[in-house]
Amino acid sequence: MIREYTTTVEISGPLMLVDGVEGVAYEELVEIELPDGEIRHGKVLEIDSRMTLIQLFEGSSGTGITESRVRFLGKQVELGVSEEMLGRVFDGQGRPRAPFDTAPPIVPEKMKNINGAPINPCARDYPAEFIQTGFSSIDGINTLVRGQKLPVFSGSGLPHAAVAAQIARQAKVIGGGENFAVVFAAMGITFEEADYFIRDFRKTGAMDRAVVFMNLASDPAIERISTPRMALTAAEYLAYEKDMHILVILTDMTNYCDALREISAARKEVPGRRGYPGYLYTDLASLYERAGRIKGRKGSITQIPILTMPEDDKTHPIPDLTGYITEGQLILNRELHKKGIYPPMDVMESLSRLKDKGIGKNKTREDHADLFNQLMAAYSAGKDAKELAVILGVAALSPLDQKYLAFAHEYEKKYISQGEHESRNIEETLDLGWELLKLLPRSEMKRIDPGRLDKYWPEEVASS
Amino acid sequence: MISGTIDKIAGPLVVADGMKDARMYDLVYVSDYKLIGEIIELKEDKASIQVYEETGGLKPGDPVTATGKPLSVELGPGLVTAIYDGIQRPLDEIRKVAGDWITRGISIRGLDHGKEWDFAPVATVGLKVTGGEVLGSVPETKLITHKVMVPPEVSGEITWMIEAGKYNIDTIIAKLKTSDGSTVELPMYHNWPVRKPRPIAEKKAPEEPLITGQRVIDAFFPLGKGGTACVPGPFGSGKTVIQHQLAKWADAEMVVYVGCGERGNEMTDVLQEFPELEDPKTGEPLILRTVLVANTSNMPVAAREASVYTGITIGEYFRDMGYSVALMADSTSRWAEAMREMSGRLEEMPGEEGYPAYLGTRIAEFYERAGNVKCIGGDRSGALTVVGAVSPAGGDLSDPVVQSTLRVVKVFWSLQARLAYARHFPAIGWLDSYSLYTDNLKDYYDEKLGTEWVPMIKEAISLLQQEANLLEIARLVGAESLSPEDQLILFTARSLREDFLHQNAFHDVDTYTSITKQKIMMEVIMHTSAEMKKAIRSSVSPGELFELPLKEEIARMSYIPEDRLDDIEAIKKHVNSQINDLIEKEQIA
Ligand SMILES: Nc1ncnc2c1ncn2[C@@H]1O[C@H](COP(=O)(O)OP(=O)(O)OP(=O)(O)O)[C@@H](O)[C@H]1O
Ligand SMILES: [Mg+2]
Repeated sequence: MIREYTTTVEISGPLMLVDGVEGVAYEELVEIELPDGEIRHGKVLEIDSRMTLIQLFEGSSGTGITESRVRFLGKQVELGVSEEMLGRVFDGQGRPRAPFDTAPPIVPEKMKNINGAPINPCARDYPAEFIQTGFSSIDGINTLVRGQKLPVFSGSGLPHAAVAAQIARQAKVIGGGENFAVVFAAMGITFEEADYFIRDFRKTGAMDRAVVFMNLASDPAIERISTPRMALTAAEYLAYEKDMHILVILTDMTNYCDALREISAARKEVPGRRGYPGYLYTDLASLYERAGRIKGRKGSITQIPILTMPEDDKTHPIPDLTGYITEGQLILNRELHKKGIYPPMDVMESLSRLKDKGIGKNKTREDHADLFNQLMAAYSAGKDAKELAVILGVAALSPLDQKYLAFAHEYEKKYISQGEHESRNIEETLDLGWELLKLLPRSEMKRIDPGRLDKYWPEEVASS
Repeated sequence: MISGTIDKIAGPLVVADGMKDARMYDLVYVSDYKLIGEIIELKEDKASIQVYEETGGLKPGDPVTATGKPLSVELGPGLVTAIYDGIQRPLDEIRKVAGDWITRGISIRGLDHGKEWDFAPVATVGLKVTGGEVLGSVPETKLITHKVMVPPEVSGEITWMIEAGKYNIDTIIAKLKTSDGSTVELPMYHNWPVRKPRPIAEKKAPEEPLITGQRVIDAFFPLGKGGTACVPGPFGSGKTVIQHQLAKWADAEMVVYVGCGERGNEMTDVLQEFPELEDPKTGEPLILRTVLVANTSNMPVAAREASVYTGITIGEYFRDMGYSVALMADSTSRWAEAMREMSGRLEEMPGEEGYPAYLGTRIAEFYERAGNVKCIGGDRSGALTVVGAVSPAGGDLSDPVVQSTLRVVKVFWSLQARLAYARHFPAIGWLDSYSLYTDNLKDYYDEKLGTEWVPMIKEAISLLQQEANLLEIARLVGAESLSPEDQLILFTARSLREDFLHQNAFHDVDTYTSITKQKIMMEVIMHTSAEMKKAIRSSVSPGELFELPLKEEIARMSYIPEDRLDDIEAIKKHVNSQINDLIEKEQIA
């Protein structure tokens, strides 16, 4: 049953108010036909017995009060899915996106509601499979595991795109030759950045195993609300119905949140911090929590959302609330970037909370946890020494502090830093860690189990 | 039954017409999906309802029926080891019905009404009983003997008692004749409204610490059984790990863990780990004393608001049996945000940061439900300890939820991002955290650990405070130019931080430290400090002292298992001999 109305009474920002509508349901999908035949889409945002408030996905420009024909479609927003999605580029509403994709629309195997449903916590399986990204600063220190949501906190001008593309290119599970694919959702990024990803995917052959949803900076801002939901719906289909391991990259979440703020402002809601709506946490959680593993299902969804922190401020509501939901964060640091270190990973402030169950014997190596703890402690001491040296001069440091200072320097240069096409395996990363620790006295290895220390750094070597 | 129709839908808020006779906080069923909701505002004949499930697809005109009863939980055998959503629906049962994703309109009762339990009566016919009196018991798990009690507001004379046997919870186990002559039939369970505190006979100040096995807590900032604590901190500072550690190792008899608007995987972690972990006291799996309430961040926001009440009501029920119960709520900020969201939809006048003006009252009421109490209906004492995590925006402690919480709780574990980055865990700052229970608990510690314990801790805290000042100076002039005594303070404080306060939750041994071991560890550090002081007086150079191999031994104390505490004691002897050697050398020279 399709019902059509021409009783629009108000259009403001991305919202449209229609009078005298009957029998529509909350969240129902709406089609708006403009005089020239153009079709726009929206969904029901609020209803009472008289008025219906509609959120327009493509924005309101060009719509008029008298001429718009509003049709209620009797269903919620859906995405048609099938395995044909692989290798394709869609827009924020699931249609082929020119100029990147000029082929005809896919033939869907089924339709899926893009909001998904919460995974029952009892059905979840704890993520514990190590993913090797080839970056020492991730694999060795902030290890990523299958089913994790680990965002990249970046700043404008920092190389987050290169880091994300390199992860997508290199990520693999040791000993696993399984079905792997990337789902990529771009929200409000520039044509150039989008083109960078697509070209990188094509060049490395990753495109055949990728599904791309693209909303560019020039596309309607409001469409950014549905773009990640489309992408996650595609990911869920591939992961849980087609047994694939999916890496979802969402970029840039800051643009997504700004679109959400726009709608909230148009509805005149009481704003929270910096004008973002009070439900931003809940809304973001409805995206990020779609990552995970499910018992008895082969596939998995690993998420890497990327966001740019306004003024590199980690306490800005977007990174702040993201950090409260995700299982850690990878932070890119401007100072390291200026020093020419790629990836400019701030290993101190970055954190992978799921690493503990993904590392160790039979996963990476038995010494991984101790080694990680020791490297972190040493780097931290080195950075403290550096601060001291700035005030007092290197000469005033104790001999031990000088060693720590040298260690921190080498650690950044040799361990964190690596090439854009250099993929280190986990053995190489761990061995490199030991090599660097040997710049310090053996007695400083407080965080390492004595037995393991003897094995990986026998006593004789210390005295020589 | 009162029924009306939907007038308006806005997210989790539904407004219904024709509800004139309904009451505040009545439970309602919304639409033909029978979504569960609760009335949170009444205006003329309109009722505002917070709906505990997704509202997509609802239409104006859909039916709404009020049950006339407030949102309640079922209390009886079958609670332990369960995992519930925010309104006590068992998530494992939901999974059996609905599959891996949670769908709507599923109605499953909190307790299994078919399962049979071994019931043994203790009350006898002719006895006059009041609320809380124990009628009989059920061995619910190896760790929990469930006491079946007269519901709080019921009293009378027992006219009939069932004999021992296997019954399901619907079976009438006792009949009472009340003062007005009517007969009340009591099954093995009863319902209790979640927003109403269960009555107690008397509240007492906490007199025993909740031993957590976490050194910084037990030694520096202890929590009393029946007390309240809050753990605020920015993301990634370790709130959840601390809550998990307490749920695992605290010497409570019963644990209620409320995952309120946090991650799904954290609940999975508990679900997978607790059946494997052993209770240090009994050796039985920890899950046998645990109830979980999980309303994760992606589950409906209104049910998140209810989840802390569901959890605390279950906690009070076990307290009434005479148990020491610990409740962990992670995170109370998400609960406050759920309140804020409903308040916003109701278009109430916002207070600070958009939170409703009654935020502080609600928080205070919640923590007031904790306590060390004398239970009603017999001579039992119980305790309900409440620990709430707080997740302030931007980690800023001026956040309204933090401030409202600090006004009511007695223990403040302040998590610091700076410590977390340096991987100093638990990242509880030793300079700004506090416990207001230390005086109450002094007698307990004097008896268990000797009268030297409390002064030793005071001295340790004072050393850490002096360290903070000295570090400032050292930053300007260099540590080398400090006096040898001051250098020793820095050395000891560092040892306190790294070798005592630092504790790795993921290390098999380090994860839990008995208070006996805590005392020995502390003694070793303080003894070393005292011996070094003597050496410095005998003109031994600090540089030499600080390089002694004893340093390494002290660093490894925390990894020595509980059954080899002599090995830690022995360190003192090595300390003496190493330092004496230096003194002798100095005297010869
Ligand atoms: N006691 C500890 N021992 C070892 N590691 C710890 C400890 N406490 C915290 N950590 C580390 O810090 C990480 C973050 O801790 P946690 O998840 O408890 O933070 P949180 O404060 O709850 O953050 P959020 O507010 O985002 O939930 C853990 O995954 C772990 O790696
Ligand atoms: Mg947490």
